[in-house]
Amino acid sequence: MDFDLTDEQRLLKDSVDRMIEDAYGDFEKRKAYRAEPLGWSEALWKQYAELGLLGLPFEERHGGFGGGAVETMIVMEALGRGLAVEPYLATVILGGGFLRHGGSEAQQDTFIPRIAEGTLRLAFAQTERQARYDLFDIATTAKREGDGFVIDGEKGVVLHGDSADMLVVSARTSGSRRDREGITLFLVPADAAGVTRTGYPTQDGLRGAEIAFSNVRVGQDAVLGEIGQGLPLIERVVDEALAAVSAEAVGAMDALQTTTVDYLKTRQQFGTTIGSFQALQHRAADMLVALEQARSMAMYAAMMSEAADPRERRAAVAAAKVQINDSGRFVGEQSVQLHGGIAMTMEYKAGHYFKRLTMIENLFGDTEYQLRAVAEAEDVLVAD
Amino acid sequence: MELRYTPDEIAFRDELRRFFRAEIPAEIRQRVAEGRHLSKEDIVTSQRILNAHGLAVPNWPVKWGGKDWTPVQRYIYTEELQRAAVPQPLGFNTAMVGPVIAQFGSEAQKERFLPATANVDIWWAQGFSEPGSGSDLASLKTRAEKRGDKWVINGQKTWTTLGQHADWIFCLVRTDREAKKQKGISFILADMKTPGISVRPIITIDGAHEVNEVFFDDVEVPLENLVGEENRGWDYAKFLLANERLGIARIGMTKQRLARAKRIARETPMGEGVVWDDPEFRRRVARIEVQLKALEITQMRVVAAQGRQDASKPDPATSILKIKGSELQQATTALLVDIAGPYALPLAEHDREGSNEPEIMPEWAETAAPNYFNYRKVSIYGGSNEIQRNIIAKAFLGL
Ligand SMILES: Cc1cc2nc3c(=O)[nH]c(=O)nc-3n(C[C@H](O)[C@H](O)[C@H](O)COP(=O)(O)OP(=O)(O)OC[C@H]3O[C@@H](n4cnc5c(N)ncnc54)[C@H](O)[C@@H]3O)c2cc1C
Repeated sequence: MDFDLTDEQRLLKDSVDRMIEDAYGDFEKRKAYRAEPLGWSEALWKQYAELGLLGLPFEERHGGFGGGAVETMIVMEALGRGLAVEPYLATVILGGGFLRHGGSEAQQDTFIPRIAEGTLRLAFAQTERQARYDLFDIATTAKREGDGFVIDGEKGVVLHGDSADMLVVSARTSGSRRDREGITLFLVPADAAGVTRTGYPTQDGLRGAEIAFSNVRVGQDAVLGEIGQGLPLIERVVDEALAAVSAEAVGAMDALQTTTVDYLKTRQQFGTTIGSFQALQHRAADMLVALEQARSMAMYAAMMSEAADPRERRAAVAAAKVQINDSGRFVGEQSVQLHGGIAMTMEYKAGHYFKRLTMIENLFGDTEYQLRAVAEAEDVLVAD
Repeated sequence: MELRYTPDEIAFRDELRRFFRAEIPAEIRQRVAEGRHLSKEDIVTSQRILNAHGLAVPNWPVKWGGKDWTPVQRYIYTEELQRAAVPQPLGFNTAMVGPVIAQFGSEAQKERFLPATANVDIWWAQGFSEPGSGSDLASLKTRAEKRGDKWVINGQKTWTTLGQHADWIFCLVRTDREAKKQKGISFILADMKTPGISVRPIITIDGAHEVNEVFFDDVEVPLENLVGEENRGWDYAKFLLANERLGIARIGMTKQRLARAKRIARETPMGEGVVWDDPEFRRRVARIEVQLKALEITQMRVVAAQGRQDASKPDPATSILKIKGSELQQATTALLVDIAGPYALPLAEHDREGSNEPEIMPEWAETAAPNYFNYRKVSIYGGSNEIQRNIIAKAFLGL
């Protein structure tokens, strides 16, 4: 058993932490990045590339660094601490994940080096209005026509879908809406004829898009992975994304905990610092308990996201998400409460962490949804 | 012991129920129900209709437009008003400054302010909190000095709710810097148009402009704007806060929100059916309903005992209603976020009405997350929940 980072991982952590601190340490800068045309900073994105973050999980032959789940955890935690707004999750974790696990040699050779150098951005067009969190609930269709396919349907809440160059689209090549079989993934240029995107800001300061596909023609080479067998691939990549998001949430909670404790030590009421009130001390202590429980589960999720057995992987990642959600809600709500009115303002950073944590709760499955997955796995977490 | 209303009370309730739905414009009530921001006009329109029917300020003395109602009738009024999603009459006017002027003001102040306050011809703001004085309100520093026939006010107030609409502001100001902190405070009224007053917006995390900073820079107000006696302002402020007691739990609003959440859950797709089909979800709603019922009965006990309790004994009732009431308001706003699921995420930047922009999400989901964020305030303001627990522990339990 070993929870320590290797020397190399520590080096990575130091450099990522430093970069994010420079980029986001001054909270005003985040506002400036969000005001840029894409809703995030292209200059920073270049820095991500230069530091090797955009190639982190990919093989060296594709310009990557061969990093694993722990390396991703290190980066995501830093992004969470900075409340970064760049499309790392959408491009590297989700889009990159599909290419790594499902892409053909040719697709990998073409696209991965471009991700790593920062010239290709991806997004995962999956969610549909009726589907909620069920990954197999897909009404969008891809019908064979000639030697290619025609895609029709509507996808929603596509994270960073508005600034993506290519979309990984899940569509039905056979079966009906809630069948587990018959789902196929496609790589579709975002500017393909028939693709309409409506971008918008999200509650937590990031970006999303509704994307309609109307008579969108793609070739056979757009197919990602096996035809009709998309679901296991989706589940795998989404579990990796959940592990990554868990680390991001830990980074956000960590920053919020620090900010709150600093505030308790400085804010004066009744002639003393409010941190001297035992009621608040206990609450801050409970926040730390919640944070550390979340940190443990983020580590667990990172390690288990690479498990060979999908059943084990799913139960472990679901369990982590439940803990992240519980901790995130507690830390978020209590940090606002302990600050008082100041945390209710747009100007102050605490409220923004709270909002991000709230939105992470509903990302790829809320607490009830993940809890159901843990319960359905029965004896996977604790065996007799 | 009897839970049911008398036939008279039922008739009273039914009449109010009919009145609110018939007389207050449906589109205003819908905006309240959906948790959308109300314009100044919405609030004024609604309150003027109430006032025209003698229903804006039932808690005031009869002479000034109040009603000679029993505590149960007042309770029914608040409950029905909230359940019908009628905008709450402006609390600064009806629950705060109005009763203070009616109780402690001069005859001239009553004549001048009360009718206009009931009808929101004057919109009041509450100038109590300061950057350095939140929970510890008595430490406030904004000062008023007597110079000739004027008070000269200097300092800063903050968190001034809807101060951008205000015609007048009632302030707690320090008038004696030597006295013990509670003893040197006075209650003064200021016209917002007085030179030296400036207002700066504070945007809250839900993106709304609901609160403000108000700065006082050598603001001169006539001596007659002092309410009651000099240096007795703290007593008036305590009187004012105690007045809020019945509305504080907002049970009617929470019921209304919960009923709406259930309605939406019955229409929101999930799996083969809708969210409401999920037994886990229904159990969660049931748990909130249980707590809400407990609070409702607690509130009724408080109502039924009104006027009978010994005023000299500390009473934890207000604090209980505030703590549980705020927690349940927050629980129901969180519930709506969870029903919205993935569609809690988009931020609607446009005003839906009359907009041609493509629809991003179900209309009701637009306010889910912003309301959840915004409602964190209810356990912070009006005496935070920590302060309420201190009150129970110290004043009631003697700890
Ligand atoms: C949206 C909003 C609207 C408002 N509207 C108005 C308005 O119109 N007019 C007005 O005058 N004011 C208004 N307020 C101000 C409100 O009353 C104050 O925010 C409140 O009194 C808390 O003060 P504070 O924010 O300075 O927090 P602080 O007093 O600094 O409290 C910070 C934290 O310390 C805790 N704490 C403080 N003292 C103790 C103690 N002794 N023991 C244990 N815990 C303690 C608090 O509970 C809180 O968790 C509004 C506030 C908000 C957020």
